[in-house]
Amino acid sequence: MTATSVKTLVNQPYKYGFITDIEADTIPRGLSEDVIRLISAKKNEPDFMLEFRLKAYRQWLKMTEPDWAHVGYPPIDFQNIIYYSAPKKDENKEKLNSLDEVDPTLLETFEKLGIPLSEQKRLGNVAVDAIFDSVSVATTFKEKLAEEGVIFCSISEAIQEHPELVKKYLGSVVPPGDNFFAALNSAVFSDGSFVYIPKGVTCPMELSTYFRMNNGETGQFERTLIVAEERASVSYLEGCTAPMYDTNQLHAAIVELVALDDADIKYSTVQNWFAGDEEGKGGIYNFVTKRGLCKGKNAKISWTQVETGSAITWKYPSCVLVGDNSVGEFYSIALTNNKQQADTGTKMVHIGKNTRSTIISKGISAGKSSNSYRGLVKVGPKAQGARNYSQCDSMLIGDTAEANTFPYIQVENNTGNVEHEASTSKIGEDQLFYFAQRGINTEDAISMLISGFCKEVYNQLPMEFAAEADKLMSLKLEGTVG
Amino acid sequence: MIKENSEVILSVRNLHATVEGTPILKGMNFEVKAGEIHAIMGRNGSGKSTFSKVLAGHPDYEVTDGEIIYHGENILDLEPDERALKGLFLAFQYPLEIPGVSNLDFLRVAYNSKRKAQGKEELDAFDFEDLVEEKLNIVKMEASFLERSLNEGFSGGEKKRNEILQMALLEPSLAILDETDSGLDIDALKIVAQGVNQLATPENATVMITHYQRLLNYVEPDYVHVMQGGQIIKSGGKELALELESRGYEFLEEQAIASEVTA
Repeated sequence: MTATSVKTLVNQPYKYGFITDIEADTIPRGLSEDVIRLISAKKNEPDFMLEFRLKAYRQWLKMTEPDWAHVGYPPIDFQNIIYYSAPKKDENKEKLNSLDEVDPTLLETFEKLGIPLSEQKRLGNVAVDAIFDSVSVATTFKEKLAEEGVIFCSISEAIQEHPELVKKYLGSVVPPGDNFFAALNSAVFSDGSFVYIPKGVTCPMELSTYFRMNNGETGQFERTLIVAEERASVSYLEGCTAPMYDTNQLHAAIVELVALDDADIKYSTVQNWFAGDEEGKGGIYNFVTKRGLCKGKNAKISWTQVETGSAITWKYPSCVLVGDNSVGEFYSIALTNNKQQADTGTKMVHIGKNTRSTIISKGISAGKSSNSYRGLVKVGPKAQGARNYSQCDSMLIGDTAEANTFPYIQVENNTGNVEHEASTSKIGEDQLFYFAQRGINTEDAISMLISGFCKEVYNQLPMEFAAEADKLMSLKLEGTVG
Repeated sequence: MIKENSEVILSVRNLHATVEGTPILKGMNFEVKAGEIHAIMGRNGSGKSTFSKVLAGHPDYEVTDGEIIYHGENILDLEPDERALKGLFLAFQYPLEIPGVSNLDFLRVAYNSKRKAQGKEELDAFDFEDLVEEKLNIVKMEASFLERSLNEGFSGGEKKRNEILQMALLEPSLAILDETDSGLDIDALKIVAQGVNQLATPENATVMITHYQRLLNYVEPDYVHVMQGGQIIKSGGKELALELESRGYEFLEEQAIASEVTA
């Protein structure tokens, strides 16, 4: 490949980098008890929520930022972040009654992102909760889901409409003091999605949340809670993008999943936050706590993530396997390019008998990026017959990227069976030459090699999204090999 | 098959090439016409494999002088894939293993890249499968090969047969076989040789790069060339290969030294 074509391809613009010009209701920057009271008041929350937030805040004040991850960044000034920003609503209307009342600029924004929300254009079998900066803009197919007893709405709405459920489950998997960023989120989270699947119900459609950060100085702190009652089952997907700013933005989310007896939750993520430019300027700090609790017997929680964006990724979607015979799965593709840094993996905590977990992690590092897998497999003293299989594969593109694997294994029961396999490979000039000699150009060759490498994880994604993810990966890697 | 007046497919003139600054090819001259089968022989390190890679445009090699004229066009500035799409095919000495990419997908993308370059419509998956199954017979491969990852876990013989399968699909104008006979048992060698013979037509040409006479028992060359020190030091008919077999390379080297002294 010639030097010029490599350059043009590397400079492939981030196509979601546009900014929506919309009037926003934004509070002053900085964090204090007053700010938390203000957020809670703006959302007209019941007292228990304000208490929850303040308690979290007080814990956060005593905590220090974790520094064990294999990432580096300048100190974050938490007083310089805006903790709440929402598109301004018509003062005369208390609540939106239908999508027709949503600001057309917002609908256009989501349409531009490929997430049409209007009745005529929306995706056939996917219900979407669209979140813009700090608030949920719209949730589609709500009524249809309600017919089955499925609740799918923003977490703010759930706090108003279903406080008993929120009170019962919020913070039950990730307690407010779990870690520094979880405490921060618990104090200031503004919105997110809430899903409740009643006993014996298989959710009739895919549920999906689309997160969009617009304001350059706002942090995004969303909170998602999914509860599947006995024998319930749901597949949920989140997608995310943000405009290009040359400053870093903080995204500190929490996702909590609760699966009761024989319930099944599948949670997929396609993350494409702005990654910063080639020099590492700008981009999102994606510091996220995701955890699923298999509370009941035979419950199953499966995480699938395709992480391609963000300047820094720090996330470990985990499963706590309490119920006997429960199953945890983690399928991950993490791609880093330019100066991106990722430290991601999972925790599988085996507590119940005959619990099983599978970890398949694929890391792809290009440019001058750093990509680390960090995973914990823990088998507790009562986890008779627990089994884990882990496979961590890394692929390097070029000579300047870094790949690391940090597996932690703790087994406290001698009937447990833990297997770990790891490999590192490299897309080299010889492979590309072989493809080229058969008339296949570099771009096509890389995308075939990457698809092949990631196949096991793509197979876990809902069909519509597997193709999207594959395309996204190719786009992200264009021109990485010259 | 030597015919007067047939088209010159490849003409290499005074070719010099280096790898990481070390000169390997030092004035190669070589011409191939349509319908011909050539064999290039020589010891390890004589520059045979380098020559094949330079023809195909491997990025590790730098051409420092001379030219490669292919179908009347100097192809030195063309990328490897552009050369391939013009019908220049290299069967690799060590075909690479590509996990996760199915053999069938690889073959289809390669075939359709060529169709696209020719301005033809791409074949869909079903039509392509019919086509490829027909070609499998040439190298006596089972259809189950198509579902496996490209060359992954293939035996040496299977890899080489797979190369010939690719050649059968892509129908090159000039096929260069780099040590295709190495690592083959006699049965596999026969299958590969039959494939090569079957694919040779009056319109295309084949260049076999080999160490040994063995392959030439099954694919009869029109010309045999001996490389030494990055040049062709002797060319002849197929009898040259037999002579090499019985007398070794030394006699040629002695001759070459002698001629240099007298010159």
